[in-house]
Amino acid sequence: MEPTTTSNQTSLSGARGLTQQLRRMGQVEAPPTLLSDVLCNVDIADRYFSLDTPLGPAYIAYNSHGLSAVKRTESSEEFEEEFRRQFGRRAFSAGEPPATLATELGKELRGEGRAQVRFDLRGLSEFERAVLQKALEIPRGQVRPYAWVAREIGSPKAVRAVGTALGNNPIPIFIPCHRVVRSNGQVGQYGLGGEFNKRTMLQAEGIAWDRWEQLAAGGIRFVGNDRTHVFCFPTCGDALRISDEDIVYFRTEAAATSAGYRPCRACRPAKGA
Amino acid sequence: MSTAVIGVLLANGTGFGAQLPMGLLMMTDDGSSNSDEKLSASLVTNLECGFEQVVLAYQHRLYGFALRLSGNPEDAEEIAQDTFVRAYHALTTYTPPQTATLQLRPWLFQIALNVFRNRVRQVRPKQVSLDADEGGPADWLEADRLDQPEQVAVNVERERALSLLIDSLPEHFRIAIVLRHIEGLSYIEMAALLGHPVGTLKAHVHRGVKHLQQALAMIEQDEHRGDDEDSWTEAAMSEVR
Repeated sequence: MEPTTTSNQTSLSGARGLTQQLRRMGQVEAPPTLLSDVLCNVDIADRYFSLDTPLGPAYIAYNSHGLSAVKRTESSEEFEEEFRRQFGRRAFSAGEPPATLATELGKELRGEGRAQVRFDLRGLSEFERAVLQKALEIPRGQVRPYAWVAREIGSPKAVRAVGTALGNNPIPIFIPCHRVVRSNGQVGQYGLGGEFNKRTMLQAEGIAWDRWEQLAAGGIRFVGNDRTHVFCFPTCGDALRISDEDIVYFRTEAAATSAGYRPCRACRPAKGA
Repeated sequence: MSTAVIGVLLANGTGFGAQLPMGLLMMTDDGSSNSDEKLSASLVTNLECGFEQVVLAYQHRLYGFALRLSGNPEDAEEIAQDTFVRAYHALTTYTPPQTATLQLRPWLFQIALNVFRNRVRQVRPKQVSLDADEGGPADWLEADRLDQPEQVAVNVERERALSLLIDSLPEHFRIAIVLRHIEGLSYIEMAALLGHPVGTLKAHVHRGVKHLQQALAMIEQDEHRGDDEDSWTEAAMSEVR
Protein backbone atom coordinates (compact mmCIF):
# COMPACT_ATOMS: atom_id res chain seq x y z
CA MET A 1 0.00 0.00 0.00
CA GLU A 2 1.27 3.48 -0.85
CA PRO A 3 2.13 5.73 2.07
CA THR A 4 -0.05 8.49 0.51
CA THR A 5 -3.26 6.62 1.27
CA THR A 6 -2.80 7.19 4.98
CA SER A 7 -1.05 10.51 5.01
CA ASN A 8 -4.24 12.59 5.47
CA GLN A 9 -5.46 10.55 8.45
CA THR A 10 -4.90 11.18 12.10
CA SER A 11 -2.53 8.50 13.26
CA LEU A 12 -4.32 6.12 15.59
CA SER A 13 -1.23 5.55 17.62
CA GLY A 14 -1.22 9.26 18.47
CA ALA A 15 -2.98 10.22 21.70
CA ARG A 16 -5.65 12.40 20.13
CA GLY A 17 -6.39 10.03 17.27
CA LEU A 18 -6.72 7.12 19.65
CA THR A 19 -9.05 8.78 22.15
CA GLN A 20 -11.21 10.13 19.33
CA GLN A 21 -11.43 6.71 17.78
CA LEU A 22 -12.28 5.12 21.13
CA ARG A 23 -15.04 7.67 21.73
CA ARG A 24 -16.48 6.95 18.28
CA MET A 25 -16.58 3.25 19.15
CA GLY A 26 -19.01 4.02 21.95
CA GLN A 27 -21.50 5.51 19.52
CA VAL A 28 -23.46 2.35 18.86
CA GLU A 29 -27.18 1.98 18.28
CA ALA A 30 -28.98 -0.59 20.39
CA PRO A 31 -31.24 -2.98 18.46
CA PRO A 32 -34.72 -1.42 18.04
CA THR A 33 -36.28 -4.33 19.96
CA LEU A 34 -34.33 -3.68 23.16
CA LEU A 35 -36.78 -1.16 24.63
CA SER A 36 -39.85 -3.33 24.04
CA ASP A 37 -38.07 -6.48 25.21
CA VAL A 38 -37.09 -4.82 28.48
CA LEU A 39 -40.43 -3.14 29.19
CA CYS A 40 -42.40 -6.28 28.34
CA ASN A 41 -40.03 -8.43 30.35
CA VAL A 42 -40.59 -6.40 33.53
CA ASP A 43 -44.29 -6.26 32.79
CA ILE A 44 -44.72 -2.54 32.28
CA ALA A 45 -45.64 -2.84 28.62
CA ASP A 46 -47.74 -5.23 26.55
CA ARG A 47 -47.47 -6.70 23.08
CA TYR A 48 -50.22 -6.75 20.52
CA PHE A 49 -51.16 -8.26 17.19
CA SER A 50 -54.02 -8.07 14.74
CA LEU A 51 -56.58 -10.86 14.43
CA ASP A 52 -59.63 -11.42 12.23
CA THR A 53 -62.85 -11.57 14.23
CA PRO A 54 -66.54 -11.67 13.30
CA LEU A 55 -66.37 -7.87 13.59
CA GLY A 56 -63.39 -7.57 11.26
CA PRO A 57 -59.72 -7.17 12.19
CA ALA A 58 -59.13 -6.29 15.84
CA TYR A 59 -56.01 -5.53 17.83
CA ILE A 60 -55.35 -7.92 20.71
CA ALA A 61 -52.91 -7.03 23.50
CA TYR A 62 -51.38 -9.42 26.00
CA ASN A 63 -48.79 -9.66 28.73
CA SER A 64 -47.61 -12.25 31.25
CA HIS A 65 -50.97 -12.02 33.08
CA GLY A 66 -52.96 -12.92 29.98
CA LEU A 67 -55.01 -11.06 27.38
CA SER A 68 -55.25 -7.42 28.35
CA ALA A 69 -57.18 -5.63 25.60
CA VAL A 70 -59.18 -6.06 22.44
CA LYS A 71 -59.86 -2.97 20.38
CA ARG A 72 -60.92 -2.12 16.89
CA THR A 73 -59.14 0.98 15.70
CA GLU A 74 -58.36 2.35 12.27
CA SER A 75 -54.62 1.87 12.65
CA SER A 76 -52.02 0.33 14.90
CA GLU A 77 -50.88 3.84 15.89
CA GLU A 78 -54.38 4.65 17.05
CA PHE A 79 -54.49 1.40 18.98
CA GLU A 80 -51.20 2.18 20.72
CA GLU A 81 -52.45 5.63 21.65
CA GLU A 82 -55.77 4.40 22.99
CA PHE A 83 -54.08 1.59 24.85
CA ARG A 84 -51.66 3.95 26.53
CA ARG A 85 -54.43 6.37 27.45
CA GLN A 86 -56.54 3.63 28.97
CA PHE A 87 -53.91 1.51 30.71
CA GLY A 88 -51.09 3.99 31.26
CA ARG A 89 -48.51 1.72 29.69
CA ARG A 90 -47.23 1.05 26.21
CA ALA A 91 -48.15 -1.65 23.75
CA PHE A 92 -45.58 -2.83 21.21
CA SER A 93 -46.37 -4.67 18.02
CA ALA A 94 -45.60 -8.37 18.39
CA GLY A 95 -45.84 -8.97 14.66
CA GLU A 96 -47.23 -12.49 14.76
CA PRO A 97 -49.08 -13.71 17.86
CA PRO A 98 -47.44 -16.47 19.91
CA ALA A 99 -48.46 -19.77 18.30
CA THR A 100 -50.36 -21.25 21.25
CA LEU A 101 -52.30 -18.05 21.81
CA ALA A 102 -53.27 -17.86 18.13
CA THR A 103 -54.47 -21.48 18.26
CA GLU A 104 -56.57 -20.92 21.37
CA LEU A 105 -58.18 -17.72 20.14
CA GLY A 106 -58.88 -19.25 16.72
CA LYS A 107 -60.55 -22.19 18.43
CA GLU A 108 -62.81 -19.86 20.38
CA LEU A 109 -63.71 -17.76 17.34
CA ARG A 110 -64.60 -20.81 15.26
CA GLY A 111 -66.80 -22.11 18.05
CA GLU A 112 -64.63 -25.15 18.68
CA GLY A 113 -64.46 -24.62 22.41
CA ARG A 114 -63.47 -22.05 24.96
CA ALA A 115 -59.98 -20.57 24.56
CA GLN A 116 -57.68 -21.69 27.36
CA VAL A 117 -56.31 -18.23 28.06
CA ARG A 118 -55.99 -16.04 31.11
CA PHE A 119 -57.16 -12.46 31.30
CA ASP A 120 -55.36 -9.49 32.79
CA LEU A 121 -58.06 -7.76 34.83
CA ARG A 122 -55.68 -6.04 37.28
CA GLY A 123 -56.89 -2.53 36.56
CA LEU A 124 -60.49 -3.31 37.39
CA SER A 125 -62.50 -3.15 40.62
CA GLU A 126 -63.56 -6.31 42.39
CA PHE A 127 -67.14 -5.68 41.25
CA GLU A 128 -66.09 -5.28 37.60
CA ARG A 129 -64.03 -8.45 37.79
CA ALA A 130 -66.97 -10.37 39.25
CA VAL A 131 -69.24 -9.15 36.43
CA LEU A 132 -66.75 -10.20 33.73
CA GLN A 133 -66.05 -13.57 35.39
CA LYS A 134 -69.79 -14.17 35.38
CA ALA A 135 -70.09 -13.25 31.69
CA LEU A 136 -67.40 -15.87 31.02
CA GLU A 137 -69.77 -18.53 32.38
CA ILE A 138 -72.39 -17.89 29.70
CA PRO A 139 -72.05 -20.54 27.00
CA ARG A 140 -71.57 -19.63 23.37
CA GLY A 141 -74.80 -18.98 21.50
CA GLN A 142 -76.76 -18.14 24.67
CA VAL A 143 -77.80 -14.88 26.28
CA ARG A 144 -78.63 -13.79 29.84
CA PRO A 145 -80.26 -10.62 31.12
CA TYR A 146 -78.27 -7.90 32.93
CA ALA A 147 -80.38 -8.57 36.02
CA TRP A 148 -79.27 -12.20 35.98
CA VAL A 149 -75.60 -11.18 36.20
CA ALA A 150 -76.44 -8.78 39.03
CA ARG A 151 -78.25 -11.46 40.99
CA GLU A 152 -75.62 -14.13 40.36
CA ILE A 153 -72.80 -11.99 41.71
CA GLY A 154 -74.82 -11.16 44.81
CA SER A 155 -75.72 -7.56 43.94
CA PRO A 156 -79.27 -7.93 42.62
CA LYS A 157 -79.89 -4.19 42.74
CA ALA A 158 -76.78 -3.21 40.81
CA VAL A 159 -78.21 -3.90 37.35
CA ARG A 160 -77.12 -0.54 35.95
CA ALA A 161 -73.60 -0.94 37.37
CA VAL A 162 -73.44 -4.37 35.71
CA GLY A 163 -74.25 -2.68 32.40
CA THR A 164 -71.48 -0.14 32.95
CA ALA A 165 -68.96 -2.83 33.90
CA LEU A 166 -69.81 -4.84 30.80
CA GLY A 167 -69.60 -1.72 28.65
CA ASN A 168 -66.09 -1.14 29.98
CA ASN A 169 -65.00 -4.71 29.35
CA PRO A 170 -61.37 -4.30 28.21
CA ILE A 171 -61.38 -7.68 26.45
CA PRO A 172 -64.63 -7.88 24.46
CA ILE A 173 -65.24 -10.84 22.15
CA PHE A 174 -63.15 -13.15 24.38
CA ILE A 175 -64.88 -12.10 27.58
CA PRO A 176 -68.36 -12.43 26.06
CA CYS A 177 -70.10 -9.33 27.37
CA HIS A 178 -72.16 -9.49 24.17
CA ARG A 179 -74.02 -12.44 25.69
CA VAL A 180 -75.63 -10.19 28.29
CA VAL A 181 -78.75 -8.50 26.90
CA ARG A 182 -81.89 -6.73 28.03
CA SER A 183 -84.76 -8.99 28.99
CA ASN A 184 -87.25 -7.01 26.84
CA GLY A 185 -85.69 -8.26 23.61
CA GLN A 186 -83.34 -5.35 22.98
CA VAL A 187 -79.69 -6.33 22.79
CA GLY A 188 -78.52 -3.28 24.72
CA GLN A 189 -75.25 -1.40 24.59
CA TYR A 190 -71.97 -2.78 23.34
CA GLY A 191 -68.58 -1.26 23.98
CA LEU A 192 -67.02 -2.61 20.81
CA GLY A 193 -69.02 -0.68 18.23
CA GLY A 194 -72.58 -0.54 19.52
CA GLU A 195 -75.72 -2.58 19.13
CA PHE A 196 -75.13 -3.64 15.53
CA ASN A 197 -71.83 -5.29 16.40
CA LYS A 198 -73.32 -6.98 19.43
CA ARG A 199 -75.96 -8.51 17.17
CA THR A 200 -73.25 -9.55 14.69
CA MET A 201 -71.33 -11.32 17.45
CA LEU A 202 -74.43 -13.20 18.61
CA GLN A 203 -75.37 -14.13 15.07
CA ALA A 204 -71.83 -15.41 14.45
CA GLU A 205 -72.38 -17.71 17.43
CA GLY A 206 -75.48 -19.10 15.75
CA ILE A 207 -78.08 -17.82 18.19
CA ALA A 208 -81.72 -18.36 17.04
CA TRP A 209 -82.10 -14.65 16.97
CA ASP A 210 -85.46 -14.18 15.29
CA ARG A 211 -87.13 -16.61 17.64
CA TRP A 212 -85.62 -15.07 20.72
CA GLU A 213 -86.57 -11.55 19.65
CA GLN A 214 -90.09 -12.67 18.86
CA LEU A 215 -90.55 -14.24 22.30
CA ALA A 216 -89.04 -11.25 24.09
CA ALA A 217 -91.19 -8.80 22.15
CA GLY A 218 -94.24 -10.81 23.21
CA GLY A 219 -93.17 -10.46 26.84
CA ILE A 220 -92.02 -14.08 27.14
CA ARG A 221 -89.00 -14.35 29.45
CA PHE A 222 -88.90 -18.09 30.14
CA VAL A 223 -89.78 -21.35 28.48
CA GLY A 224 -90.79 -24.49 30.37
CA ASN A 225 -90.78 -28.22 29.65
CA ASP A 226 -94.16 -29.76 30.34
CA ARG A 227 -92.57 -33.20 30.89
CA THR A 228 -89.87 -32.22 33.39
CA HIS A 229 -91.57 -29.11 34.83
CA VAL A 230 -88.29 -27.22 34.54
CA PHE A 231 -88.17 -23.65 33.21
CA CYS A 232 -85.22 -21.99 31.43
CA PHE A 233 -84.08 -18.88 29.67
CA PRO A 234 -85.17 -19.27 26.03
CA THR A 235 -81.57 -19.61 24.72
CA CYS A 236 -80.49 -22.21 27.30
CA GLY A 237 -79.22 -25.42 25.70
CA ASP A 238 -81.88 -27.40 27.57
CA ALA A 239 -84.64 -25.05 26.36
CA LEU A 240 -83.64 -25.55 22.74
CA ARG A 241 -84.19 -29.30 23.13
CA ILE A 242 -87.84 -29.00 24.29
CA SER A 243 -90.17 -30.41 21.64
CA ASP A 244 -92.95 -28.22 20.26
CA GLU A 245 -95.68 -30.18 22.03
CA ASP A 246 -93.96 -29.97 25.43
CA ILE A 247 -93.01 -26.28 25.40
CA VAL A 248 -94.81 -23.78 27.62
CA TYR A 249 -94.15 -20.01 27.88
CA PHE A 250 -93.93 -17.81 30.96
CA ARG A 251 -93.83 -14.02 31.28
CA THR A 252 -92.60 -14.01 34.87
CA GLU A 253 -90.75 -16.18 37.33
CA ALA A 254 -93.82 -16.07 39.58
CA ALA A 255 -96.01 -17.47 36.82
CA ALA A 256 -93.59 -20.35 36.30
CA THR A 257 -93.21 -21.24 39.97
CA SER A 258 -96.92 -20.97 40.68
CA ALA A 259 -97.50 -23.39 37.78
CA GLY A 260 -95.28 -25.85 39.66
CA TYR A 261 -92.10 -25.37 37.56
CA ARG A 262 -88.63 -25.22 39.10
CA PRO A 263 -85.74 -23.19 37.65
CA CYS A 264 -83.19 -24.98 35.40
CA ARG A 265 -79.89 -25.75 37.13
CA ALA A 266 -77.87 -24.98 34.02
CA CYS A 267 -79.10 -21.49 33.16
CA ARG A 268 -80.43 -20.61 36.63
CA PRO A 269 -83.27 -18.33 35.50
CA ALA A 270 -84.37 -17.70 39.11
CA LYS A 271 -83.00 -17.65 42.63
CA GLY A 272 -82.71 -21.06 44.26
CA ALA A 273 -82.02 -22.92 41.03
CA MET B 1 4.29 10.52 22.95
CA SER B 2 3.27 8.65 26.10
CA THR B 3 3.86 11.74 28.24
CA ALA B 4 1.37 13.59 26.07
CA VAL B 5 -1.13 10.81 26.61
CA ILE B 6 -0.82 11.04 30.36
CA GLY B 7 -1.34 14.77 30.07
CA VAL B 8 -4.53 14.28 28.10
CA LEU B 9 -5.77 11.65 30.51
CA LEU B 10 -5.15 13.83 33.52
CA ALA B 11 -6.79 16.84 31.93
CA ASN B 12 -9.84 14.77 31.04
CA GLY B 13 -9.86 13.11 34.41
CA THR B 14 -11.19 14.40 37.66
CA GLY B 15 -8.04 14.36 39.74
CA PHE B 16 -8.23 18.13 40.13
CA GLY B 17 -11.69 18.15 41.59
CA ALA B 18 -11.49 16.03 44.70
CA GLN B 19 -13.01 18.76 46.85
CA LEU B 20 -15.93 19.48 44.50
CA PRO B 21 -19.41 18.29 45.41
CA MET B 22 -20.33 14.88 44.00
CA GLY B 23 -22.93 16.32 41.64
CA LEU B 24 -20.36 18.47 39.88
CA LEU B 25 -17.89 15.67 39.62
CA MET B 26 -20.42 13.59 37.80
CA MET B 27 -20.96 16.28 35.22
CA THR B 28 -19.65 15.43 31.78
CA ASP B 29 -19.66 17.10 28.38
CA ASP B 30 -23.13 15.89 27.53
CA GLY B 31 -24.59 17.18 30.79
CA SER B 32 -25.72 13.69 31.72
CA SER B 33 -25.54 14.41 35.44
CA ASN B 34 -28.28 16.95 35.06
CA SER B 35 -30.51 14.61 33.08
CA ASP B 36 -29.73 11.75 35.48
CA GLU B 37 -31.16 13.84 38.30
CA LYS B 38 -34.31 14.35 36.25
CA LEU B 39 -34.48 10.65 35.53
CA SER B 40 -34.11 9.75 39.20
CA ALA B 41 -36.81 12.26 40.07
CA SER B 42 -39.17 10.77 37.50
CA LEU B 43 -38.44 7.29 38.85
CA VAL B 44 -39.60 8.50 42.26
CA THR B 45 -42.76 10.10 40.82
CA ASN B 46 -43.77 7.15 38.67
CA LEU B 47 -41.52 4.10 38.46
CA GLU B 48 -43.06 2.71 35.26
CA CYS B 49 -42.90 5.94 33.25
CA GLY B 50 -39.56 6.92 34.74
CA PHE B 51 -38.07 3.55 33.94
CA GLU B 52 -39.07 3.82 30.31
CA GLN B 53 -37.20 7.13 30.20
CA VAL B 54 -34.16 5.47 31.76
CA VAL B 55 -34.17 2.73 29.12
CA LEU B 56 -34.55 5.30 26.35
CA ALA B 57 -31.71 7.38 27.77
CA TYR B 58 -29.32 4.48 28.38
CA GLN B 59 -30.15 1.75 25.89
CA HIS B 60 -27.50 2.72 23.33
CA ARG B 61 -24.76 3.29 25.87
CA LEU B 62 -25.39 0.11 27.82
CA TYR B 63 -25.69 -1.89 24.63
CA GLY B 64 -22.45 -0.34 23.40
CA PHE B 65 -20.78 -1.19 26.69
CA ALA B 66 -22.09 -4.75 26.56
CA LEU B 67 -20.95 -5.05 22.96
CA ARG B 68 -17.48 -3.94 23.95
CA LEU B 69 -17.42 -6.37 26.89
CA SER B 70 -18.81 -9.40 25.11
CA GLY B 71 -17.57 -8.79 21.58
CA ASN B 72 -20.76 -9.94 19.85
CA PRO B 73 -24.21 -8.43 19.23
CA GLU B 74 -26.27 -11.39 20.50
CA ASP B 75 -24.57 -11.48 23.91
CA ALA B 76 -24.59 -7.68 24.02
CA GLU B 77 -28.34 -7.57 23.53
CA GLU B 78 -28.91 -10.13 26.26
CA ILE B 79 -26.55 -8.39 28.66
CA ALA B 80 -28.21 -5.02 28.03
CA GLN B 81 -31.68 -6.50 28.49
CA ASP B 82 -30.66 -8.34 31.64
CA THR B 83 -29.10 -5.18 33.02
CA PHE B 84 -32.29 -3.17 32.64
CA VAL B 85 -34.44 -5.97 34.00
CA ARG B 86 -32.25 -6.28 37.10
CA ALA B 87 -32.20 -2.53 37.50
CA TYR B 88 -35.97 -2.41 37.38
CA HIS B 89 -36.40 -5.17 39.95
CA ALA B 90 -33.90 -3.43 42.22
CA LEU B 91 -35.74 -0.13 41.84
CA THR B 92 -39.01 -1.74 42.94
CA THR B 93 -37.36 -2.51 46.28
CA TYR B 94 -35.83 0.96 46.79
CA THR B 95 -37.36 3.61 49.01
CA PRO B 96 -38.02 7.01 47.38
CA PRO B 97 -34.96 8.61 49.08
CA GLN B 98 -32.78 5.72 47.87
CA THR B 99 -34.01 6.16 44.31
CA ALA B 100 -33.69 9.94 44.43
CA THR B 101 -30.04 9.80 45.47
CA LEU B 102 -29.09 7.03 43.08
CA GLN B 103 -26.07 7.76 40.86
CA LEU B 104 -27.83 6.33 37.86
CA ARG B 105 -25.00 6.12 35.37
CA PRO B 106 -22.34 4.28 37.41
CA TRP B 107 -25.10 2.17 38.96
CA LEU B 108 -26.31 0.94 35.56
CA PHE B 109 -22.80 0.31 34.27
CA GLN B 110 -22.03 -1.62 37.43
CA ILE B 111 -25.07 -3.86 36.94
CA ALA B 112 -24.03 -4.42 33.31
CA LEU B 113 -20.55 -5.37 34.43
CA ASN B 114 -21.93 -7.79 37.02
CA VAL B 115 -24.25 -9.35 34.46
CA PHE B 116 -21.32 -9.75 32.08
CA ARG B 117 -19.08 -11.27 34.74
CA ASN B 118 -21.75 -13.71 35.84
CA ARG B 119 -22.20 -14.85 32.28
CA VAL B 120 -18.49 -15.27 31.78
CA ARG B 121 -18.38 -17.41 34.91
CA GLN B 122 -21.18 -19.57 33.57
CA VAL B 123 -19.84 -20.10 30.07
CA ARG B 124 -16.37 -20.77 28.73
CA PRO B 125 -14.26 -17.60 28.60
CA LYS B 126 -14.49 -15.82 25.26
CA GLN B 127 -11.62 -16.50 22.89
CA VAL B 128 -11.01 -14.21 19.97
CA SER B 129 -9.92 -16.32 17.08
CA LEU B 130 -6.86 -14.99 15.35
CA ASP B 131 -6.68 -17.73 12.81
CA ALA B 132 -7.77 -16.61 9.34
CA ASP B 133 -8.94 -20.17 8.58
CA GLU B 134 -11.52 -19.93 11.34
CA GLY B 135 -13.09 -16.77 10.05
CA GLY B 136 -10.82 -14.54 12.09
CA PRO B 137 -10.05 -10.87 11.47
CA ALA B 138 -8.42 -11.37 8.09
CA ASP B 139 -11.67 -12.76 6.72
CA TRP B 140 -13.79 -9.78 7.61
CA LEU B 141 -11.14 -7.39 6.42
CA GLU B 142 -11.13 -9.15 3.09
CA ALA B 143 -14.92 -9.01 2.81
CA ASP B 144 -15.05 -5.31 3.58
CA ARG B 145 -12.45 -4.46 1.03
CA LEU B 146 -14.56 -5.77 -1.81
CA ASP B 147 -17.09 -2.98 -2.08
CA GLN B 148 -15.69 -0.04 -0.17
CA PRO B 149 -13.48 2.78 -1.33
CA GLU B 150 -9.99 2.18 -0.16
CA GLN B 151 -9.84 5.06 2.31
CA VAL B 152 -13.04 3.95 4.04
CA ALA B 153 -11.76 0.41 4.05
CA VAL B 154 -8.61 1.51 5.80
CA ASN B 155 -10.65 3.27 8.50
CA VAL B 156 -12.90 0.29 8.98
CA GLU B 157 -9.92 -1.99 9.19
CA ARG B 158 -8.34 0.24 11.77
CA GLU B 159 -11.44 0.33 13.90
CA ARG B 160 -11.73 -3.43 13.72
CA ALA B 161 -8.08 -3.83 14.49
CA LEU B 162 -8.50 -1.50 17.46
CA SER B 163 -11.56 -3.42 18.54
CA LEU B 164 -9.63 -6.68 18.47
CA LEU B 165 -6.74 -5.11 20.29
CA ILE B 166 -9.07 -3.93 23.05
CA ASP B 167 -10.64 -7.37 23.28
CA SER B 168 -7.22 -8.91 23.72
CA LEU B 169 -6.22 -6.65 26.62
CA PRO B 170 -6.27 -8.13 30.12
CA GLU B 171 -9.76 -7.62 31.57
CA HIS B 172 -8.91 -4.94 34.14
CA PHE B 173 -7.20 -2.80 31.47
CA ARG B 174 -9.97 -3.42 29.01
CA ILE B 175 -12.81 -2.51 31.35
CA ALA B 176 -10.98 0.58 32.55
CA ILE B 177 -10.36 1.81 28.99
CA VAL B 178 -13.89 1.05 27.86
CA LEU B 179 -15.45 2.89 30.79
CA ARG B 180 -13.11 5.84 30.59
CA HIS B 181 -12.59 6.42 26.90
CA ILE B 182 -15.44 4.70 25.11
CA GLU B 183 -18.23 5.34 27.62
CA GLY B 184 -16.80 8.56 28.98
CA LEU B 185 -17.22 7.91 32.70
CA SER B 186 -15.29 9.97 35.19
CA TYR B 187 -12.63 8.36 37.37
CA ILE B 188 -14.77 9.03 40.42
CA GLU B 189 -17.65 7.16 38.84
CA MET B 190 -15.34 4.35 37.83
CA ALA B 191 -13.92 4.11 41.33
CA ALA B 192 -17.42 3.78 42.77
CA LEU B 193 -18.32 1.22 40.14
CA LEU B 194 -15.21 -0.94 40.14
CA GLY B 195 -14.25 -0.58 43.78
CA HIS B 196 -10.67 0.45 43.02
CA PRO B 197 -8.91 3.70 44.00
CA VAL B 198 -8.82 6.41 41.34
CA GLY B 199 -5.02 6.13 41.15
CA THR B 200 -5.15 2.43 40.33
CA LEU B 201 -7.74 3.04 37.64
CA LYS B 202 -5.69 5.81 36.09
CA ALA B 203 -2.75 3.44 35.98
CA HIS B 204 -4.89 0.77 34.33
CA VAL B 205 -6.16 3.20 31.72
CA HIS B 206 -2.72 4.58 31.12
CA ARG B 207 -1.09 1.20 30.73
CA GLY B 208 -3.93 -0.07 28.56
CA VAL B 209 -3.70 2.95 26.29
CA LYS B 210 0.05 2.49 26.07
CA HIS B 211 -0.40 -1.13 24.99
CA LEU B 212 -2.86 -0.05 22.33
CA GLN B 213 -0.57 2.69 21.07
CA GLN B 214 2.37 0.38 20.78
CA ALA B 215 0.35 -2.17 18.87
CA LEU B 216 -1.17 0.49 16.62
CA ALA B 217 2.21 2.03 15.95
CA MET B 218 3.40 -1.34 14.74
CA ILE B 219 0.41 -1.67 12.47
CA GLU B 220 1.00 1.78 11.01
CA GLN B 221 4.64 1.03 10.41
CA ASP B 222 3.69 -2.13 8.60
CA GLU B 223 1.17 -0.25 6.47
CA HIS B 224 3.82 2.20 5.41
CA ARG B 225 6.24 -0.55 4.61
CA GLY B 226 3.54 -2.25 2.54
CA ASP B 227 3.93 -5.53 4.39
CA ASP B 228 1.49 -8.36 4.03
CA GLU B 229 -1.69 -6.77 5.42
CA ASP B 230 -3.40 -9.91 6.52
CA SER B 231 -0.77 -10.68 9.08
CA TRP B 232 -0.43 -7.29 10.73
CA THR B 233 -3.20 -7.52 13.28
CA GLU B 234 -1.94 -10.84 14.42
CA ALA B 235 1.61 -9.63 14.70
CA ALA B 236 0.51 -6.54 16.62
CA MET B 237 -1.64 -8.50 18.96
CA SER B 238 0.94 -11.06 19.83
CA GLU B 239 3.07 -8.05 20.67
CA VAL B 240 0.44 -6.71 23.06
CA ARG B 241 0.10 -9.98 24.85
